[in-house]
Amino acid sequence: MTRTGKTVSDHPLDSLTLKAESRRREFLDRGFHWFCIATAAMSVVILFVLLGSVLWQGLSQLSWNFLTHYPEANPALAGIGPAIGGTICVCLICGLLSLPVGVATAVFLEEFPPKSKLGRKVHSFIQLNITNLAGVPSVVYGILGLTLFVTMFGWFGSTSEPALEIGGKYYDQFFTAGEKVLLLPVDDPGQPVATVQPGMKAMNSSGEWVDVTVVANRRALPSDPALAEYALILGREAGRIIKPAPWYFRVPFGRSVLAGGLTLMLVVLPIVIISSQEAIRAVPGSLREAGLGLAATRWQIVRNVTLPAAIPGIMTGAILAMSRAIGEAAPILILAGAIFITASPGNLMDGFTVLPLQIYDWAGRPQHEFHNLAAAGIVVLLMILFAFNLVAVLVRQFTQKPLS
Amino acid sequence: MAIDTTVSPYRTGVRFRSLRGTYVREWFVRALLGGCSALSVLTTVGIVSVLFFEAYRFFEAPEVTFWGFITGTQWNPLMGAEKTFGVWALVSGTLIVSLIAMLFALPLGLVTAIYLSEYAHPRVRAILKPALEVLAGIPSVVYGFFALTVITPMLKIFSDGFSTYNATAAGLAVGILCIPIVSSLVEDALRAVPQSLRDGAYGLGATRFEVSIRVVVPAALSGIISAFLLAISRAVGETMIVALAAGSRPHLTLDPREDTQTMTGWMVQMALGDVSSFDLAYLSMYAVAALLFVITMVLTVSGNIVRSRYREVYQ
Repeated sequence: MTRTGKTVSDHPLDSLTLKAESRRREFLDRGFHWFCIATAAMSVVILFVLLGSVLWQGLSQLSWNFLTHYPEANPALAGIGPAIGGTICVCLICGLLSLPVGVATAVFLEEFPPKSKLGRKVHSFIQLNITNLAGVPSVVYGILGLTLFVTMFGWFGSTSEPALEIGGKYYDQFFTAGEKVLLLPVDDPGQPVATVQPGMKAMNSSGEWVDVTVVANRRALPSDPALAEYALILGREAGRIIKPAPWYFRVPFGRSVLAGGLTLMLVVLPIVIISSQEAIRAVPGSLREAGLGLAATRWQIVRNVTLPAAIPGIMTGAILAMSRAIGEAAPILILAGAIFITASPGNLMDGFTVLPLQIYDWAGRPQHEFHNLAAAGIVVLLMILFAFNLVAVLVRQFTQKPLS
Repeated sequence: MAIDTTVSPYRTGVRFRSLRGTYVREWFVRALLGGCSALSVLTTVGIVSVLFFEAYRFFEAPEVTFWGFITGTQWNPLMGAEKTFGVWALVSGTLIVSLIAMLFALPLGLVTAIYLSEYAHPRVRAILKPALEVLAGIPSVVYGFFALTVITPMLKIFSDGFSTYNATAAGLAVGILCIPIVSSLVEDALRAVPQSLRDGAYGLGATRFEVSIRVVVPAALSGIISAFLLAISRAVGETMIVALAAGSRPHLTLDPREDTQTMTGWMVQMALGDVSSFDLAYLSMYAVAALLFVITMVLTVSGNIVRSRYREVYQ
């Protein structure tokens, strides 16, 4: 009463005023309730408008061809095959790296309490650092990935002249008059590019050594297609190509799947750590104390008591973190750029694109057909995310046992 | 049979296993886990050193001065004889988009949170909560598409002044993205207010509205402010929506109907474009990123400080 500056005696205490006052307050309460309902309903309406508009534009585009084909310039034939392959590869790398590291960090922070004053300081510093890393915009991680993984500050050469290279085989490539490809294996990448010499042999596309018909000039090329098949002009220079093995690896990584996966790992790591910490914290202390009472060491408790009990929670958090990684476009956009990709990545160093990036590419074009393609891509993306969330909910439902 | 008294009670055949292996393993595991934790610290070190090392290279260039970068309003690094790097042209874009987003998301998120925490029937909660979670889980590129193909055409119905790419559509989409963030953080703060405070107010005859606005919200104020700061930080760093819907013309404006470019939008343009990596414009990307990092870091850190203070009050 002192807050409003009035005391009871200030009010004329007739019942009419009191009634009016209470009616006003009732009215305000009910009005605010309706206002709340309207506001809350707005989010639901927005959600439905969003989903509805995407489905409206995208559903007609969905087909098997769309899911498997590469993104051609012709919108009627374009598809998201490479984008799906890229998304799977990048998220696999991201998940395989971020899950162990994230859980290890969470275990360290929750289950290995510091013994010394310095240790306590280190612990709280790491904790503070993780909380604040979660607030760094993902586009900044893209810049980090671009410098740290893609170019590696330029310290290890460039992608065309890498400092370290494993599993790549170089060839000198000729195109014959019969539009066939002839290859000469290169033993030392430093040697100069081969030229056509008389009496040379080369490999054809199926890997067999064949005799090359070397002619002096263009006019001397045989007109018979059987002879022209392996005919080359004297003195022509080859082109140097590289055929990467599935285990091909190089330093620096370039705009590759590995660089993308590592960057996404850094993006989702704080999320994995925080959710794992919550899952571990939810394990009742009495279980730990029982372990300690049996003279188990910290690690024995973690391995046999805490982790098994916390795994459902950790899995749920990890799945949600992965769905964040699947939808993340900004860091990938910064480090991979919008390059035209026609195939899913075949090795760790391949260029790639992901589903959100393909959607961005299509959505940014002025033609309406591409907007429909983007909408169809969004439908696929949302279905994948929905499946992930469903799995997370199911994990939570079926594995959660009462622990206390 | 006589008892053999020469056998010491300690030599009964029970062998105690040495614990040394266990201790070594314990130490090893602790070191391994600590090493994994160090990775997150290294990430921060990496971000800071990459941004500031490259930004330093940018400021070393003769055309650029730090003061001109911080105070200038002309951003024209690509064309023209005289290149200008006045970051306010980009900051104003970020500002206007974030302002629109926050004008939309903060009140809506706050009221939704009050409704969820104080008013909603459990059955309504069971519908509304998952809907908000779905909204929070939708990737930002989808919101960008939504802004471009739904919000902008709707805005054009209201006024012809809106261009195809405009700050309002981008801002509204960023706002939609922020609603679930605000509402879930604020709801957590409201729920942390002890029930006894509410009961006390009800006992004095207060209505639900009065309890919510006069008791619960002031009691959770630090949590609400922290939620607001984190949401602003999120809006400032948002990339895909502005890259799709806000346009790419950096200029100092506060007209929400015009196209504009934000800091993140510039970074995307540089990463996508075929600008050489030795070009000054390319290096400017790092300076802008460093500024963005500093802004979001200040917002996040102060948000977390405010939140940890309210935690102390009620635990």
